[in-house]
Amino acid sequence: MPMLSINQRGALLSVLMLVVGLLFWEAAIPEQQLATEMTEYERLMGGGAPRAAIPPPSDIIAKAWEELSDPFYDAGPNDKGIGIQIGYSLYRVLSGYFLAAAVAIPLGFLIGMSPVAYRALNPYIQVLRPISPLAWMPLALFIIRDSEASAIFVIFICSIWPMLLNTAFGVAGVRQDWVNVARTHELGPFKTAFQVILPAAAPTIVTGMRISIGIAWLVIVAAEMLVGGTGIGYYVWNEWNNLDLTSVIFSILMIGVVGMMLDAAFGALQRAVAYAE
Amino acid sequence: MSKPFLSIERLTQQFPDAAGGTTTVFENASFGIERGEFVCILGHSGCGKSTIMNILAGLGAPTSGAVTMDGAEVSGPSLERGVVFQNYSLLPWLSALKNVCFGVAARHPDWSKAQVEDHSRKYLAMVGLEGDTVLRKPSQLSGGMRQRVSIARAFANQPKLLLLDEPFGALDALTRGTIQEELLKIWGQTEQTVFMITHDIDEAILLADRILLMTNGPYARVAESVQITIPRPRSRTEIVEHPNYYAIRNHLVQFLGHRSKALSGQPSNGATQSPETVVIDLTKPADDPAPEARLRAVNI
Repeated sequence: MPMLSINQRGALLSVLMLVVGLLFWEAAIPEQQLATEMTEYERLMGGGAPRAAIPPPSDIIAKAWEELSDPFYDAGPNDKGIGIQIGYSLYRVLSGYFLAAAVAIPLGFLIGMSPVAYRALNPYIQVLRPISPLAWMPLALFIIRDSEASAIFVIFICSIWPMLLNTAFGVAGVRQDWVNVARTHELGPFKTAFQVILPAAAPTIVTGMRISIGIAWLVIVAAEMLVGGTGIGYYVWNEWNNLDLTSVIFSILMIGVVGMMLDAAFGALQRAVAYAE
Repeated sequence: MSKPFLSIERLTQQFPDAAGGTTTVFENASFGIERGEFVCILGHSGCGKSTIMNILAGLGAPTSGAVTMDGAEVSGPSLERGVVFQNYSLLPWLSALKNVCFGVAARHPDWSKAQVEDHSRKYLAMVGLEGDTVLRKPSQLSGGMRQRVSIARAFANQPKLLLLDEPFGALDALTRGTIQEELLKIWGQTEQTVFMITHDIDEAILLADRILLMTNGPYARVAESVQITIPRPRSRTEIVEHPNYYAIRNHLVQFLGHRSKALSGQPSNGATQSPETVVIDLTKPADDPAPEARLRAVNI
C-alpha cells in the first residue's frame, strides 16, 4: 500500500472521527415510545406527548439542507432565512470592525511613534481593555437610543483593543535601520509612514486585525441575543424559545463556519503582508 | 589654503556615562577628504568610527564642531550622502530591484517608472546582479548578494559622498574578496568620493587612497593619515607583490598593535587634532626632496 501524505492521513482520520461521532450521536438518541403501547396511567401522565430531546444528526442534516437550499427567504419578522440572519450579523460585525480599524490603526501609529502618547494613553487602554464588551450595552442603549447602533458600538469597542495594541507594538518595533534608510533617502513623514513603517509593521498589525475579527464574531452572537430583532445571535435565541433544538444546533454550526471563513480571510491577508528577514 | 571637499572641523562627541559624568569619545577631531578620494578609517572597536560615520550621514549630531561638504554644512540626512550599512538594511518586503528603485525614486521623483527601473537595473548589473535574481526578496539572496544590492542602491543615487559602514564585516573572506573588486570596479566607473569604515587592514590597503588611523577611545584621535603609495588599478593578487605593500601593512599593524593604545586617553586641551600625514614609499630614492609631490595633497 502506498504511503499517504501527512495531509491525506490527517484528512482521513478527520472524516473517520466525524462519521464515528455522528453514528454514536444518532444511536444515543432514545426512540420515542408509541402512545398505543403505553398503559392508561402512562398516557395520563403525558407519556404520549413527544418529549423534547436532543435531535439526531440526521434531523440536523435535513434541516441544514432545507435552510441552505433557500437561505434568503423572508416570511415576516420571526421567520427569515439563515442567509439573511447571517447577513445582518456580518453587516454589524463589519461596520463596527472597520470603524474600530479606522480609529485603532492611526491611533496605534501615533502611540507606536511617540513614547509620550504611549505613556499618556496607556492607563486608559489598560482600564478599558479588560471590560467585557457587553457591559457597555446598557450605556450604549441609553446614549445611542438605537439597538442596531448599540450592537455596532459593542463590536467597535471589543475589536479596537487588539488592533490598537498590535499596531502600536508593530510600529514601535520597526527596526531603526529601516527608518535610517528612509531618513538617508530624505523621505517625508508620510512617505516614511506608508513606504517603510506600514509595510514593516504590517504583519503585526494584521495579526491584531485577525484577533479582533475573531473577538467581534464571538461578541456579536451575545450582543444580538440582547438587542434582538435580527441576526444569527437572535436566531439562536429565538429558536431556543421555539424549543427548536434542530435549528439551534444548525445555527451553532453556521456560526462556526462563518467564523472560520472570516479567520481564513485574515489568514490570507496575513500571508500576503508577511516577509522573511 | 582652500577647504577640502569634505571638511571635518573640531568635531567633538560626548555621551553621558553611567556614573553621571560625560565620556568624551573624540575631541576636536579635524580632517578632510578630497573629491573623488577613497578614504578608509581604521581603528579598534569602540573608538568612535561609527559615531563619525553617523555624524557624516547626518543620522547623529556631534556635541560640537562642524562638518561641511562642498561648502555647505551637514545637518541631517541627505540624498547627497549615500550610506551602505553593515547589515545591508534592505527592506525585506521589497525585491532586490525594488529596493534599488526605492532609492532611485526618492532621488528622482520626476522620473517615470520605466526610467527608474532602467537606471536601477543598470547599477544592479554593475555589481553582477542580472536577470531574475533581481526579482528575489533579500531573504532569498545570500549575504554577499544582499550587500551587492545595498551597494548598487547607494551608487545608483550618485551621491556626492558615499559612506560605507563596515560593508563587508558580515561576509566570509572569499565573498568579501569578490565584492571588494566589484566595489573597486564600480568606484572606478563613477569617480565617487568614498569614506569607508573597516576593521580589515588588507581591505583598506586594497581599496583606499588614504587610510586614517584612529587611536583607541576615550579621547580617540584620528592620529595619522597614511598614503597608499600603490598605483591603481590594483588587484588583490598583484598588490602583495608591490614593494610598498608590506611596508605600509607593517606600519598599520604596528599602529593598531601599539600606538593606538599609547596615544589614547589624552585630552586635546583645546588643540585641533589633525592627523599627521605619513608617506611610505620604498620605490623612491631616500634622498628625494619632496616625497609628497607625486601624491594627492591633503590640505589640512
